[in-house]
Amino acid sequence: MKQTVDVVINGEFKRITPGATLLELLAELELDPRTVVVEHNRRIVRRPALGDVTVSAGDAIELVHFVGGG
Amino acid sequence: MTTAVETLRDEPLTIGGRTFQSRLMIGTGKYPDMDTMVRAIDASGAEVITVAVRRVNLDRSKETSVLHFLDPKRFFLLANTAGCYTAADAIRYARLAREAGFNDFVKLEVIGDEETLLPDTQGLLEAAKILVQEGFKVLAYTNEDLVTALRLEDAGCAAVMPLASPIGSGLGLLNPFSVRTIKRRLHVPVIVDAGVGTASDACLTMEQGVDGILMNTAIAAAQDPVAMAQAMRLATIAGRAAYLAGRMPRREVAMPSSPTRGMLD
Repeated sequence: MKQTVDVVINGEFKRITPGATLLELLAELELDPRTVVVEHNRRIVRRPALGDVTVSAGDAIELVHFVGGG
Repeated sequence: MTTAVETLRDEPLTIGGRTFQSRLMIGTGKYPDMDTMVRAIDASGAEVITVAVRRVNLDRSKETSVLHFLDPKRFFLLANTAGCYTAADAIRYARLAREAGFNDFVKLEVIGDEETLLPDTQGLLEAAKILVQEGFKVLAYTNEDLVTALRLEDAGCAAVMPLASPIGSGLGLLNPFSVRTIKRRLHVPVIVDAGVGTASDACLTMEQGVDGILMNTAIAAAQDPVAMAQAMRLATIAGRAAYLAGRMPRREVAMPSSPTRGMLD
């Protein structure tokens, strides 16, 4: 059986591949890293560093973008 | 046909070192559809466009961000901290917005009351001070209180944005005196944000001498948003022109416009 770890992405529990980087996570979610800002355990991870940060069990990740607003 | 605009000797609006030709700024929320939004923005002539920071919808990953419809090279994207009720949340949203990489401007909102969406001025000042220290150009959404406006300016805000009336209310400019006083006392640009309902509200607001106006619902919730955007563009220009022209004094009694001499016996 494929091993997974539980993380919380945008408030929802998700099972992801252990040892995945944030960049790989975005690819798994079919999100373009150029259009998303990533917060990992309350710290913003800048785009060039997305491939360097590994996701661990229990991590909280927020993926945000711009939407219509006043 | 000429318009009064051509006779104006106006200067462009400069906020935090950036210069803008249009004094009308508009929001991108609540439009019936994206095509209407884009056409309304075009009709408004606005350069500064506000956007909000929200979670990506993971269930519909193909859902596109508002940037898909707005060229960030053509428009100046001003991120807001709408929906934030504490200084800490507003700071968090501002940092995320800056990371999107367009600019270091933020329309800072710290809301204090759910029903009226009136600002928490204490939280606002606290957040403004921290964000200014972090190098943000802060445009602070506030109420029409002079003392708060002065403190926001002292805190280093690039612009102060008093409301005309509560967000999305369409009640128009409820307190022209206070807005005029804020404009008279501050050195940084004063942009009235929120509450205008129709073109006359925008015109009356600009006639107070403020530097600009920001609106969203008045256009987005109009029956024809594109036509209303054009009306708002014209009203903003008209109000600015009237302010620069200098209105006549008010009198309590009539004064004839035609000569009183030369009347027939």
